[in-house]
Amino acid sequence: MTIQTISRHVLAAALLVVGTSVPALAAGPGFKLPVAQTGEEIYVQACQSCHQPGGKGGSGAGSYPALAHNPKLGAAAYPITTILRGRAAMPWFAGTLSAEQIASLVTYLRTHFGNDYPAPVTAEDVKKLSVNLPTSGGE
Amino acid sequence: MSMKDLTPTRRQLLSAIGTSAGSVAAMQAMVALGHAAESQFTGPPTLSGARKGETVLVLGAGLAGLVAAYELTKAGYKVQVLEFQGRPGGRNWSLRGGDTYTEVGGAVQKVQFQPGNYLNPGPWRIPHHHKTLLHYCREFGVALEPFIQMNHNSYVHQTDAFDGKPMRYKEVATDFKGHVAELLSKAINVGSLDDKVSGEDKERLLEAMRAWGALDKDMAYASSLKVSGQRGYDRAPGGGVEGAPTPSQISSLSDVLDSKVWNQMGFFFNYVMQTTMFQPVGGMDMIGKAFARHVDHLITYNAKVVQIDQSATGVAVTYQDTASGATATAKADWCVCCIPATILGQIPMQVNDAMKASLKAVNYSASVKTGLEFKRRFWEEDESIYGGHSFTNQPISLISYPNYHYFKSGPAVLLGSNAGGLGGSLLAGMEPAARLEAILAQGEIIHPQYRQEFMNGVSVAWARVPWNMGGNSRWSDDARKQHYQNMVAMDGRIVLAGEHASYIGGWMEGALTSSIDAITRLHQRAQEA
Repeated sequence: MTIQTISRHVLAAALLVVGTSVPALAAGPGFKLPVAQTGEEIYVQACQSCHQPGGKGGSGAGSYPALAHNPKLGAAAYPITTILRGRAAMPWFAGTLSAEQIASLVTYLRTHFGNDYPAPVTAEDVKKLSVNLPTSGGE
Repeated sequence: MSMKDLTPTRRQLLSAIGTSAGSVAAMQAMVALGHAAESQFTGPPTLSGARKGETVLVLGAGLAGLVAAYELTKAGYKVQVLEFQGRPGGRNWSLRGGDTYTEVGGAVQKVQFQPGNYLNPGPWRIPHHHKTLLHYCREFGVALEPFIQMNHNSYVHQTDAFDGKPMRYKEVATDFKGHVAELLSKAINVGSLDDKVSGEDKERLLEAMRAWGALDKDMAYASSLKVSGQRGYDRAPGGGVEGAPTPSQISSLSDVLDSKVWNQMGFFFNYVMQTTMFQPVGGMDMIGKAFARHVDHLITYNAKVVQIDQSATGVAVTYQDTASGATATAKADWCVCCIPATILGQIPMQVNDAMKASLKAVNYSASVKTGLEFKRRFWEEDESIYGGHSFTNQPISLISYPNYHYFKSGPAVLLGSNAGGLGGSLLAGMEPAARLEAILAQGEIIHPQYRQEFMNGVSVAWARVPWNMGGNSRWSDDARKQHYQNMVAMDGRIVLAGEHASYIGGWMEGALTSSIDAITRLHQRAQEA
């Protein structure tokens, strides 16, 4: 297998996992997780595993809430705070996603999956709610 | 009689203290002598004298629930266990050929491994200081074998280091150490550290750097047979006419920094990751099964708890048979609730608000573990890798090689991912077939044999495990401060247990120590009631 075919392969894998735009690839062979930019890319990276494709939610012994048609997205502070600090079993994303990424994500959630709250959320909105964010102990 | 006979050995002294004053005194003495501070375990609980006919309901047959059922039964309680799944062990779990696994979202995977091969999707290694778990393995005769944690011959891979070529750990770690030693000795010799290090210590530090870094007589780190004695040779030593070795070429400091090998070097220093580690022979679920041999008759399987009530005199737990949908109520004097917080936080439960809040305060992290079965053990046959991990900055995070059946011909299963963070959740968000493809595409960068040798695979994304809905608990510092004690405090007739109710989150030892503490307090309260 030549380097070129490896690169093509990795590119295909990258496209497959992200599903949307072509991410910038690392210099060497291998798939380095791209820094997601759009709300959709961030949703696929960070949220879809629990809230499921289309934000339809999921269930087992308990349930993951649906984000589709979810009136709690009406006030932007609710999803921003939830993403920054976690909520119940959901992990916090402060330190993992930037204020800009969270703003893109919340704007995306509020305008997709049957939600219609078109007012865009800005990184400033996120930063205002970013006081005393969670930090992890030694684990 | 010689002096040797008069002076008790440490062991004799400890044994004498242990016999005369109980295990707590022995423990304190051991700590004073510099031993055993690594674990709070002082021996299994010695509960006895439960009132005749007194009953305990245990919710969840993971390790916390199983140890509670086992020890409370021994103490004389009549115990009933309710378990959501159709098997004991909870996250203490192994997948083998013929097993079927359905994840949240509905995707079904049928495991196709050959007999004898398995994946431990949950816990997979046991530190030597997890003494509670090791105690029960010993008591139940669970055979343990070494889990190879550190392998100098496995790979370190960074997509943007060494043109993406995987490097052997021994090469980059030796080079990192050598370059750092050379730089530190230079700093010492030009006097940069004179205000920090005194004359004699300077000499000793230089001596240390020369030995530790394998530096030459000029205190330089350079390619040589001496250095190859650590990082490996171009031509390894042999016998006879061509026996003489030839040295390998070291990598530059800049290249070695690209590899970020300090992450692996640091990993091996972690308290919970230090050798010696163990695994049960035949799969991690041997531990849950061993407990179940003693308490299986107490367990009601396929029972989904839907409501937990208590009064001044007892507890009543309503549950639903997951197959028939029929509901029933189990009653008991006491309840040990070992349901993970991800699920328990969603079940109506009659406890104080502070305990309820604690269940919402603990978060969970979730990894993606993948078992890949290959036609042959190419990592052993082609690359001399026997157990241990290769590390990568790709989402799969690592490849870990099986620690059993070395040298065997025929199919073998390795761990193809232990993906956490955003890379892990990206993989978890994919359907199993696409997930497997992504994991193979990343793994073949390290082992080009992947595609040729691949047979089948199964992945477990903990975010999508229906009965756990998350991996393991993760407390923020603030949440721990505000809520942890509220979680572990007994409320009326209910006490919570599990790895989430411990400071050893994500480890089986946490589940066991939490449960033993919980039932010890429950027993005390029952005796006082």
